[in-house]
Amino acid sequence: MKELRTHAGFPIEPVYGPEQLADLDVERDLGRPGEYPFTRGIHRHMYRERLWTMRQYIGFGTPDETNARFKYLMAHGQDALNVAFDLPTQLGLDSDDPRADGEVGRVGMAIDTLADMEEAFAGIPLDRVSVSLTINGMAAPITAMYFAVADKQGAPRERVVTTPQNDILKEFVARGTWVYPVEPSLRLVGDLIEYSARHYPRSNPVSVCGYHIREAGCTTAQEMAYGLAIAAAYIELMVRRGMDVDEFAPRVSFNFTAWGKIFEEVAKFRAGRRLYARMLRERFGAKNPRSCMFRTLIGGGGSAFVPQEPENNIVRGAYIALAAALSGAQTMALPTYDEAYTIPSAKAQLIALRTMQICAEESGAADTVDPLGGSYYVEALTNQMEDAIVAEMAAVDRMGGIVDAIKSGAVQAEVARQAYRFEQALASGAVPKVGVNCHVAEGTAAADPEVELYAFDPKVAQTQIAKLARIRRERDDRAARAALSRLTDEARGHANLLPAILEAVRAYATLGEINRAMKDVFGEHKEPVQW
Amino acid sequence: MKVLVAKPGLDGHDRGAKVVVQALRDAGLEVVYTGLKRTPEEIVAEAVQEDVDVVGLSILSGAHVPLARRVLDGLRAQGADDVRVVVGGIIPPRDVETLRALGVSRVFPMGTPLPDIVKAFQGDLA
Repeated sequence: MKELRTHAGFPIEPVYGPEQLADLDVERDLGRPGEYPFTRGIHRHMYRERLWTMRQYIGFGTPDETNARFKYLMAHGQDALNVAFDLPTQLGLDSDDPRADGEVGRVGMAIDTLADMEEAFAGIPLDRVSVSLTINGMAAPITAMYFAVADKQGAPRERVVTTPQNDILKEFVARGTWVYPVEPSLRLVGDLIEYSARHYPRSNPVSVCGYHIREAGCTTAQEMAYGLAIAAAYIELMVRRGMDVDEFAPRVSFNFTAWGKIFEEVAKFRAGRRLYARMLRERFGAKNPRSCMFRTLIGGGGSAFVPQEPENNIVRGAYIALAAALSGAQTMALPTYDEAYTIPSAKAQLIALRTMQICAEESGAADTVDPLGGSYYVEALTNQMEDAIVAEMAAVDRMGGIVDAIKSGAVQAEVARQAYRFEQALASGAVPKVGVNCHVAEGTAAADPEVELYAFDPKVAQTQIAKLARIRRERDDRAARAALSRLTDEARGHANLLPAILEAVRAYATLGEINRAMKDVFGEHKEPVQW
Repeated sequence: MKVLVAKPGLDGHDRGAKVVVQALRDAGLEVVYTGLKRTPEEIVAEAVQEDVDVVGLSILSGAHVPLARRVLDGLRAQGADDVRVVVGGIIPPRDVETLRALGVSRVFPMGTPLPDIVKAFQGDLA
């Protein structure tokens, strides 16, 4: 019989039975859904009371174009937004910066000033729609812009629900939108968590992402281990700053993927919820049960999608949706079938939304809580996954803890090593991929030219640059400069920077100016290239 | 053969670049990796300084045409037009010819099997 292994590397038996569950203590290890340690889910009735939030990742071109796509998907039943920013915005460069050349409005929408943010959310009531912002290095200024727009719309602060990603540690490992060195970057993460907890109580000021690290190549167990270690680093940071864990932990959220073997993915989330709950209670002394809940977006997985016969990616997406539902996701977002080589078309985004809706309404996956609970296989996998995650977390500790392991580049090197191993397994056929290394159609081009391609319009940059020039001309320049110099001064001290950033944002200082005001003090990160 | 694998522009996705670096090294090539967010000018300077035979650009943001053009122009300006340039990443079919016309020797779009990339370095690029 062919030997099979999980993505995390342990063997899969041909049959599982009660003997694998001899050590399982149902009360201790599983508990009831909605109760500590939340193995079976964080809510008592899960989807019977409230379906997962459907939140496709959208953003391209100008704020105007993105606003139109938001409204298109909301008209088709999407109930929340997930905003993509272009790379200059993610890195704090204005659209007219020479380094932004060719990148303006390309992988997300361009934001230079508060005026852009006002345009992006025009006609979208921010007291009713929850919006996640895929922004990290620039999380503080972009979230400040969002708060300022919500204020201008007259939204009461206690009803504003936004989730800036604000997970800078994973950016140093994967995705790469870091700007400042690790320590000042962490200070900004903390400033935003603290400010949100005190002024925007329903906002989720950090979304800890195992997702991008997995997309960069790590295993399932490492995805959860690194995510939990990063979450612990942020919690420690806030406790050191003098906050009570129960003051902010209930609003910590997560972002993970589920593109692999369905049962292994379900086991990963069940084990992750259990470990997180125990960590919060035992290590951090959390008393509020909500602090112990691993609330997560599950989705993504674009790395599992391939350009060969791209329509097959729709089927892959449906399996991801099923895995996410069986895993107890709070929010779901799926990659689009055309994502392997273009900015998603409206049609592809609608299919991804419909995939989640079909999973929710037709498949029965949402009918009852944790439908795989009690399965010999899934319970055994959950235990094995827990052991594997704990082992990976111990490996991080041996590297000096997650922050030092990121500063030295040790985690990055391990992720790259796993990515290479996976690629070798694809090349050898050890990991099957339909249309790529098995069931390959005769004469399939590497990239199917039939897929509708997003036509990038270079006029986007011109429009954006002209608007930026107009804002700079029309704003009260003295107020903008005063706010920026206050920000630089405060960056030298230890005060929370959000009030100074908000003042600069409201004076229509540009994102590039706000970034420079801080970079003058913080300096720039130097990537540890262990190669 | 000596190769410089580079990440030009603002794109932070380095999985592909790092996988290719490891594969080429296992195939016995000497490989230098730049790390993220290098300007085309920095890449040209490093290619000349390291005296490489091939520069491999990895770009997933969609900005491959302007970035490849600047690297090729820079190499020509330095009199280093014997250095061959290859590009990998999310390259739509319609841009493959554009890149070739600019002077890019080989394009490896998303979905190119890793062994094919290694073979190219051992074959027509060698």
